[in-house]
Amino acid sequence: MYEAADLRKGLKIQIEGEPYILTDFSFVKPGKGQALYKCKLKNLITGSQFDRTFRSGDRFEQADLDEQEMEFLYQEGTQYCFMNTSSYEQVHMEEEQVGDAKNYLTDNVKVSVSFFQAKPMAINLPTFVELKVVKAAPGVKGDTATGATKPVTMETGYEIQVPLFIEEGETLRLDTRTGQYVSRTKE
Amino acid sequence: MEDLARLASKRKNLVLRERTLRSVRRFFRERGFLEVATPLVNPCLIPEDHIHPFETEAGFLLPSPEIHMKRFLAAGYDRVFQVGPCFRKGERGEQHLPEFTMLEWYRAREDYRALTDDCELLLRAVSQDLFGRTGIEYRGASIDLSPPWERMTVREAFLEHAGWDPLEDEDPTKFEQDLTERVVPALDRGKPVFLLDFPAYEASLARKKAADPRAAERIELFAGGLELANGFSELTDPEEQRQRFEETNEGRRTRGEAVYPLPDKFLAFLADVPPSAGIALGIDRLVMLFAGASHVDEVIALAPEDL
Repeated sequence: MYEAADLRKGLKIQIEGEPYILTDFSFVKPGKGQALYKCKLKNLITGSQFDRTFRSGDRFEQADLDEQEMEFLYQEGTQYCFMNTSSYEQVHMEEEQVGDAKNYLTDNVKVSVSFFQAKPMAINLPTFVELKVVKAAPGVKGDTATGATKPVTMETGYEIQVPLFIEEGETLRLDTRTGQYVSRTKE
Repeated sequence: MEDLARLASKRKNLVLRERTLRSVRRFFRERGFLEVATPLVNPCLIPEDHIHPFETEAGFLLPSPEIHMKRFLAAGYDRVFQVGPCFRKGERGEQHLPEFTMLEWYRAREDYRALTDDCELLLRAVSQDLFGRTGIEYRGASIDLSPPWERMTVREAFLEHAGWDPLEDEDPTKFEQDLTERVVPALDRGKPVFLLDFPAYEASLARKKAADPRAAERIELFAGGLELANGFSELTDPEEQRQRFEETNEGRRTRGEAVYPLPDKFLAFLADVPPSAGIALGIDRLVMLFAGASHVDEVIALAPEDL
């Protein structure tokens, strides 16, 4: 069982027998008042989203999901294909279910996939991933302190804002929780 | 690596924070307030409905210094202030830290109206010290800090923005939800705003209004959508205070929460506290306001997750 204080973005809970993921979460509390846990929930089966506010004292069941290690094989149209690394069984997921994770899927990368009643439902990414920059406008020398940024395209097609000194061909560390640039990786 | 880069990127806000604290201290010293320090580890607490303490082997970590500040008033100190850490279990969000920095100040022989004046002058003084002006930008909006600021009763604000009278209907749950979701978001963003005269059921340490005891002399200050400060005309009647503490503890018991022993020494010296007013202002949020920060982590050196 989870308590309200355990709620956080990415947590999977079960409500009336169906699995949900928290796609957004904020903690709100008037100084002397009761804490409110405002959540955006996505039904992992239907994909439908809604807002719900929980209070301290609320309890939640853990979503009854089965986690399997899978390798990303390829994308075709809106379908993403993964293979179980021990049984070699292949499954397909719709782009909608893959969600933001598509920004981090490179060929043969290993991810954990959550299954509900034998159907793949969600991809669990590591907190940090490393991706190569395939397209970047030329950098501006010397300007490292002002926090100015420029857009670059990563090998997955994902576009993000990075500091001006980043160049094409570099490998960057990204935070999958925020979708943002963290640092350059060491050569 | 990431930790160091993050800390390095906060230098500008940390400088602003230090200058804010210096300005706050100067403001109170110039007005004859004595800065005091009191223990962080304590054997007992003021019972609160929705504040959960950290309990250690040595005692409770202080959730607010008010339990000590009123002792100064009882001992004859007229003007005292304190800036220091407070601890509240489970509070973590864009505007919340389980360990945060609070400013509290108290005035003997004044009521909550004096606190609203203090707030106006304090924010103006800090803004002048930091930027040489009273107009600031916060998250895309211009805020004019020059006094006077609007003072709106909670009843007026709820009738206008939530459509019900919180003095007529005693419903703390609905009150707190509507306050955060309907009333505060609807307040004017061009200047800070005071809400005053909270329902007595939302103010267990505040004096009830003589003209209408359903309301208590409690104020809250909001600026740019941030809840900045909370103050009262202090309740100084030990019998009434004991009774309200017992009601609070009864509520905690009903909800299955831990119930702590009453602070007997506090209740004993309360009889010696003259009519007074005291207020708590969140320093982290004040710095957020001046730094234009949308997340509290931007204005503190290390967040709990960095440790």
